Formats: sequence, C-alpha cells, structure tokens
Amino acid sequence: MQLHLDIAWSHLRTRRRQTIASLLGVVLGVAFFLAVSSLMRGSELDFIARLVDSTPHITVSDEFRDPNVQPAVQRNPDAAVSVLHVKPLTERRGIRQYKRRLEQIDAMPGLRAAPVLIGQVIFSFAGRDEAVTLSGIEPARMKDVTTIEDDIVEGSLEAIDADPNGIIIGRALAQKLSLATGDTVSVVSPVGNVRVMRIVGLFHTGRAAFDESQTYAQLTRVQALLNRPNVANTIIARLEDPYDARTTAARVERLTGYKAVSWQEASEDILSTLMVRNVIMFTVVGAILLVASFGIYNVISSVIMEKTRDIAILKSMGFRAGDIELIFLIEGLAVGAAGSVLGFLAGSGLMWVTGQVRLAVPGESDPINLPVYWGGGQFALAMLFAMLSALAATYLPARRGARLAPVAILRGAA
Amino acid sequence: MSAILVAENLTRTLPGEVPVTLVRDVSLSIDRGEFVVIKGPSGSGKSSLLYLLGLLDQPTSGTLTLEGEPTTDYDEDRLAAMRLAKLGFVFQFHFLLAEFSAFDNVRLPMRRLGRLPADRQRQRALQLLQDLGLAGHEHKRPSQLSGGQRQRVAIARALANDPPIILTDEPTGALDSKSSINVKDILKELVRSHDRTVIAVTHDDHFAAGADRQVEIIDGRLA
Ligand SMILES: Nc1ncnc2c1ncn2[C@@H]1O[C@H](COP(=O)(O)OP(=O)(O)OP(=O)(O)O)[C@@H](O)[C@H]1O
Ligand SMILES: [Mg+2]
Repeated sequence: MQLHLDIAWSHLRTRRRQTIASLLGVVLGVAFFLAVSSLMRGSELDFIARLVDSTPHITVSDEFRDPNVQPAVQRNPDAAVSVLHVKPLTERRGIRQYKRRLEQIDAMPGLRAAPVLIGQVIFSFAGRDEAVTLSGIEPARMKDVTTIEDDIVEGSLEAIDADPNGIIIGRALAQKLSLATGDTVSVVSPVGNVRVMRIVGLFHTGRAAFDESQTYAQLTRVQALLNRPNVANTIIARLEDPYDARTTAARVERLTGYKAVSWQEASEDILSTLMVRNVIMFTVVGAILLVASFGIYNVISSVIMEKTRDIAILKSMGFRAGDIELIFLIEGLAVGAAGSVLGFLAGSGLMWVTGQVRLAVPGESDPINLPVYWGGGQFALAMLFAMLSALAATYLPARRGARLAPVAILRGAA
Repeated sequence: MSAILVAENLTRTLPGEVPVTLVRDVSLSIDRGEFVVIKGPSGSGKSSLLYLLGLLDQPTSGTLTLEGEPTTDYDEDRLAAMRLAKLGFVFQFHFLLAEFSAFDNVRLPMRRLGRLPADRQRQRALQLLQDLGLAGHEHKRPSQLSGGQRQRVAIARALANDPPIILTDEPTGALDSKSSINVKDILKELVRSHDRTVIAVTHDDHFAAGADRQVEIIDGRLA
C-alpha cells in the first residue's frame, strides 16, 4: 500500500499545476455547496421558525372534517332518489363545552391551549366604518400560546382584563383611522349590539393585512357583543416541539371530534414551495460538484495517457492490474479528499462571511444578519458527495489504464 | 542440466480482419544457467517471441512451462506474480520511472514482492547499484543519468528480486559503442557469476558469439 501511495503521489507531485487546478475545482465545488446550502437551509429554518412563531401550531375550529350529511342520505347511501334544495338545520355554531375541550387538550403532554372567539365587527369612528376581525381572548392563556405579546408596541395585553371595555388594535389600523391609545371607538356587531370600547394597546407584527384588520378584546366581552355566551369557536394550541404538530393534531381531532389543523397542514403550499427550492438548490450545487469531478476525470485521464509507458514498466515488472487501478484510484481520492478538507475550510469561511452580511428586510425595523445554517449534516453531505464524484471520475480511467496490455505498449514503443 | 523454460509449438496470431501471425510453431527448451541469444532480421518476430517467453503475452496456441509450471491457463494476476518473482526484463529503452531515483527504481520490485524486510531491500538496492558501477548516482533521477547508466539501473532493477531468468531485448540498441560494450560485459558477467539464465534478443554478432546457444528466427519461425 505504501508503495502504491508513493507512486500515486509521484504522479500528482510532478503534475503540480494540473493537480492544483483539479483540486481547486473540488475546493470551490465543496465551498459553494456549503455556502449555498447553509444559506438555503438557514433561510428555510428561519422562515419556518417565523411561521411556527406567528401561526398557532394547532388550530381547533368549530368545524368537522366531513361536512354535514343529510340524515336521509346517511341512511340510504345508494338511494336512487335524491332530494334537492334541503336547507340544513340552523345550528348554534361554536365549540360546545369549550372549557372541557380546553382541559382535555391541556392535559396532553407538551401542549398548551387557549380559547378564542372570532367574529366580524364594524368599527365606527369619525364617520368612517371599517370591518375588522375581533378575537375574544383570555390574555393569560394567549400569552402562552402565541407571540402576540412580543408585538405589543403600546400598552399591554393584560390591559383588556383590567378594562372590560378595552380593545387592542394594530398600529396600522390606528394610523388609518387616526386613533390613538386612550381613544374610544364604537364597535357594531352583526347581531346589532353596539359597544363603545377604549383602545388600551397597539400591536405591530409587520404583516400589513393582519395589522390592519385584527383586533383583540376580552373573551367574555366578545361573547356578549356577539350574543354567544359561553362559546368559543377556535382553540389554538402551542407545542413544545412544533414538528410534532401533525400527529398531535390528529390526536386532538380524535379526542375532541372537531377539526384540528396543524401548522404544516395550514401552510402546506409554502412548505411544498420550500421543497421545490431544496430540489433546485441540490441540483445547482450538484452541478457544481459535477463540474469539479470533470476536473478530476481530466487530470486522472491525462496522467494515464502520459503514463502508459509506466504502466507497461510496472506490469512487466510484475504489478497486477489491481495494483495499477489502486494507484490511480488513490490519486483521484487524494484529490477528492484534499479538496473536501480545503473546501470544508473555505466553505466555513464563506459561511462565516455570509453570516456577517446585514440586510434591511421589509417588515423588520432593524437590519438582520443573513441566516446561516451550521448543521453538520451538510458538511458530511458535501464531503461525501465530493469523495463519491472523485471516485466516479477516477474509476473509469483507472480501470481503462489498469487493463492496458503491456505488450501493446511495448510494441508501440520499441 | 535441467530445463527451466520449455516452449512447445508456440504460435501467436494477432486477431483482426487480416490476422497477423507474429510467432509460428516455435518449440524451444532452455536450460538453467544457459545464455541464449535470439537473432534474426528486423521484423522477424524476435521481440514477439521474447514477450511470450517472458509471460508478457499469451500464445494463441502451444504451451509454455516455466520451472515445471505450465502457464498456459494462468490468469493475468498469476502471470504477473510469476513475472515479479521469476523474471527480469531489460528493454532497449531504459524504462525507468521518471519520478523515482535510481535507488527507488531498483527497490520497486522488491517492495512489491515484499520478500525481504525493508532494510534488507535498501541494502540490496545499494549493493546492486554499486556492483553495476553506479555508486554515487543512487539518488539521481533517470533524467540526470547517461544512457548507459540508465540501462545499468534497469539491469539492477531486473536483478532486484533475484529472478532465475533475465530477458533482454536489444539492451544496447540505443547506446553508443562504449556504453554498449560495458552493458554487454555486465550481461555476460551475470551469466558467468550466477546460476542465472539469460535470454537476449540482439543484432550484435560479437555479443551473440559469447552465448551458449544462438537461435535464429525468420518470419516467426525457428530457422
Ligand atoms: N500490432 C501489430 N499489428 C500488426 N503487425 C504487427 C504488430 N506488431 C508487430 N507486428 C508485426 O509482427 C512482426 C514481428 O514483430 P517483432 O517486433 O516481433 O519483430 P522483431 O524481430 O523484434 O523486429 P526488430 O528487430 O525490428 O525489433 C513484424 O513484421 C511486425 O510488423
Ligand atoms: Mg524487436
């Protein structure tokens, strides 16, 4: 083995420029792979983190997975006659006995839940009418379940507990209606109730549509306003491990009977976009490494072309085809391995530099650092890929070289 | 004397649209310690026969027995193993590895065979180079040596594993007359001093005159 290493090394050493060029190919391939994948993974994780933070992990709504089926259809599924234009029974919407459901969900490990009653109301102020969403919440539970408290820019979430007529609105909506903390506003509900409520807090999430249309008030206050005492129509829950949401949502659904949607289900379109993005990324960085492996192929092929005479010498001396193949494989793998290690270092440097870049992002008041993912998996993947492509690039020429018959070369040379 | 190498009805035909027969029906028995010269006009098939005798090429038909072992059905790897331990080659052009020093070139076959411990291999390489008048040149690369010196390094390398048979193909063909006489003296000396078999292809009648036997080949056949 030492002998094979010596011969391989002598080939690479005497072809210094070619070796370095092919080495650079691998180094750049691995480095770019790492830079691109760390940024893509980083931004993906950052994005998911924001998504997970800003949306409830599990949303239980007052709906059922399967829409109501008419009793007649239920009884005779294969009936030949169907009755059209049946008006469903008017039902009292909402999650029944939401407090019991809440307890059930709370009892599940790693899960915290908060009740919400969501309704549409109209803000009436200075001659303007504005339709907004009013969520009735319990601030103490809400704090545990969402990050809304972090987005409060004036006042506090608990202020709606202290002042039963208190309401919290988005800063954007306040600006739109020229409202400020302490001002009062008439709130009209669809059932005709009117309440004068006082603005006790402002929030700002950076999501314009949300900031302009979402408002919060005390749950019992909203129940009264909407004429729906003791009802909530949504239970939102937060998990310790957000990636458990899918299975937990299914369990919640079985437990409560109501439709429970995980954040993954709710954001399926976005997640599948991320998948596509990953496929594109791996295609691109794979192409980079493919180009690098052509560099290796090139150097090994040309070594073999130049070294046919040496192959004849070694074989006539008693070296086997396997020895020759091993020598060239070592050369390719050496380039791959050295390129991986240097690419690892260069890539880490590149990742560090990208991590220092600060960008102003819309919706964020402060510039943020580019999110760089430092996970070990991608390092292993880049190096594995580089080694494999080096091996693949070397294998064919090495086999070809190893199979050269010494007499064919001797006849040509003598 | 016992035969070390026995060829029977060796024929080598290159396949192709027009098959070319390089060696035709050659039978030859060479004794241990014998010095045999293969002569003949250019293109008569001397080198081709040498490649067959040296297990570098496989005959299309016929058999070759080396030290009692019939080699006809051997695969590449077994032939390589036999070349490594039992045969040494010296070709017209020196055929040294350009990146390795004279010393390292001589060590190559010993390292591959691994019969001697590393320090003994080094000793033997230095001794062989010294015997061949190359003391002081051990660490030069082939490019830093003269043609005659390179050919002597090649002889040293052929002797490294102490093979019973040395095959040479016009080893002096590319040398000036002075170096050529020197190299030929060394080859003759090899036969005399050791119990070694030498098979040499040559055009040189004077060199051939020193052989135990001269074999002439014309058009691929023994004359
Ligand atoms: N690859 C080949 N294809 C066709 N014919 C070949 C091939 N190699 C050799 N020959 C022919 O085989 C014959 C024998 O060649 P060989 O090299 O054995 O002769 P030689 O006696 O060694 O000649 P020289 O003295 O010039 O070295 C020659 O006529 C040559 O032209
Ligand atoms: Mg010849």
